[in-house]
Amino acid sequence: MQLNFTWVCYNRKRLKTVKNSVKNKSNFIDVEKVRRDFPLLMNHYNGKPIAFLDNAATTQKPQVVLDKLNEFYTQYNANVHRAIYSIGEKATQEYEDARKKVANFINAPDPSTIVFTRGATEAINLVAYAWGRHNLSPGDEILITEMEHHSNIIPWQLAVKDTGATLRYIPLHLPVDGTLDLHSLEVNLTNRTKLVAIVHQSNVFGTINPVKKIIKAAQSVGALVLLDSAQSVPHSKVDVQALDCDFLVFSGHKMMGPSGVGVLYAKETLLNSMEPFMGGGEMISTVSMDYSTWNDIPWKFEAGTPNIAQAIGLGAAVDYLNELNMESIHAYEKELMNYASDMLKNMPRVTIYGNAPKRGAIIIFNVEGIHPHDLAQILDQDGIAVRAGHHCAQPIMERLNVAATTRASFYVYNTKDEIDRLGEGIEKAINLLC
Amino acid sequence: MYDIRELYQQLIIDHSKNPKNFTVLKDANRSAEGDNPLCGDKVTIYLKLEDDVIRDISFQGSGCAISKASTSIMTTRLKGKTVEEFQTFFNIFHQMVTTGKTDSIVLGKLAALSGVHQYPVRVKCATLAWHTVKNALEDGAKKIATTE
Repeated sequence: MQLNFTWVCYNRKRLKTVKNSVKNKSNFIDVEKVRRDFPLLMNHYNGKPIAFLDNAATTQKPQVVLDKLNEFYTQYNANVHRAIYSIGEKATQEYEDARKKVANFINAPDPSTIVFTRGATEAINLVAYAWGRHNLSPGDEILITEMEHHSNIIPWQLAVKDTGATLRYIPLHLPVDGTLDLHSLEVNLTNRTKLVAIVHQSNVFGTINPVKKIIKAAQSVGALVLLDSAQSVPHSKVDVQALDCDFLVFSGHKMMGPSGVGVLYAKETLLNSMEPFMGGGEMISTVSMDYSTWNDIPWKFEAGTPNIAQAIGLGAAVDYLNELNMESIHAYEKELMNYASDMLKNMPRVTIYGNAPKRGAIIIFNVEGIHPHDLAQILDQDGIAVRAGHHCAQPIMERLNVAATTRASFYVYNTKDEIDRLGEGIEKAINLLC
Repeated sequence: MYDIRELYQQLIIDHSKNPKNFTVLKDANRSAEGDNPLCGDKVTIYLKLEDDVIRDISFQGSGCAISKASTSIMTTRLKGKTVEEFQTFFNIFHQMVTTGKTDSIVLGKLAALSGVHQYPVRVKCATLAWHTVKNALEDGAKKIATTE
């Protein structure tokens, strides 16, 4: 009897595994194989396998990235661009190779147009200081949108405070559907506009904004364009030359790379004409007691010892993403998003916010009668990690007239089974709290 | 493993769904607003204070189950208490939600919130209203934000 029971349990489990692997199957990505590359995804939390659905916040790291960090620290940890010894040369070569990889990844014309920063936030701040403080004056305008992450709002609020320029917003389309009111572009875009700083893919709605159209419009009035691509570069093929943007920023940790590294791409002429951001070692050419001269780009903007290990780790992440193929990643995430969206749409009490025609794998919602923090807490008990809060985009919450929402955001290693678990978790929370 | 039902006890769910003293106190002589910007929890506390005694107390606002329940149970516990007694409750409650150490004789129903100490990010949800009352008692109507 005992034996029979065990046999039934075993077979049920096996049946579920078989069913899951059929359900999880995709023509674009062998997700079971991909998952095995991520050690953290093999762990259990609160006794359950983790379903990491907070990829708009940060992403998990494949073994190849972890190995690369280990390789750097165990085999050639040395400072870059200074050491006259072999491991220093190796470190420099790997660091500059990572820059080349990143340049190729976004089709930048030259590695010198890639500046390593601490993250997308620092990259925007770099532009706000090194370009903004020297090129803005009273009467000038910066145009951003109501859809921005705080990282693309605050640096400009600070910049206009220092320069006397004006900050204007492209509003969200009302009623809120997750898109921008692009008709207002014509009104807001004038010859006073010096810069348009806009999110490529929203970290809240997942909306992929029509940036090519916006860039063309900005260029027609002579404004520069900065793209916050923190959510787009990790999930789709981005080509800076095809877009013809002036600045583009993203973060390494959101694309399987280590934390502490980000990227600023800027057109060569801009980087050459800009003043330095921070002063220190590395960014100088000559230093005398009275004055100094600056290093060539991109090093002019990389004061001090850079985040060497992290940049090299990001290079490994780029290799890994290329191997999976960005088109396949994008197509697979679309499948996941459709699956999640169909599931949530059919759940009672669930309201989804935003329904842009072009969107990435991010979905925000609320469950009637349950505060997002309570929902996230209950989901966590089942090993499901989602974000609850304002997602660093308080102006959007203001427009939605909600204090907070729950966000599920997916990456190439997520499965339909995990989305089912999210659905079951929501039902559990409803049963517990409503 | 810590059971989620320890955090969301029936008493907490009941208070969050049907909070007590959830009204604007018409004859309040003290009030203060509390704000937890990270989760968007907001609370306004109304107090009727006479000779250092909290004659009446009520609240309005929105928030998660923990913050609502904590506020609701707190109001039932503070009615008729002196400012000094509030201070004692505050200290004991604060210790409970941060360390799990409970003095259930003093706290009564508030002890139901002891599970919060297992979830450090939720401490601010449980203490928002308490900080707001403290503020209302100390200097009237300054807006506060919890950061713990």
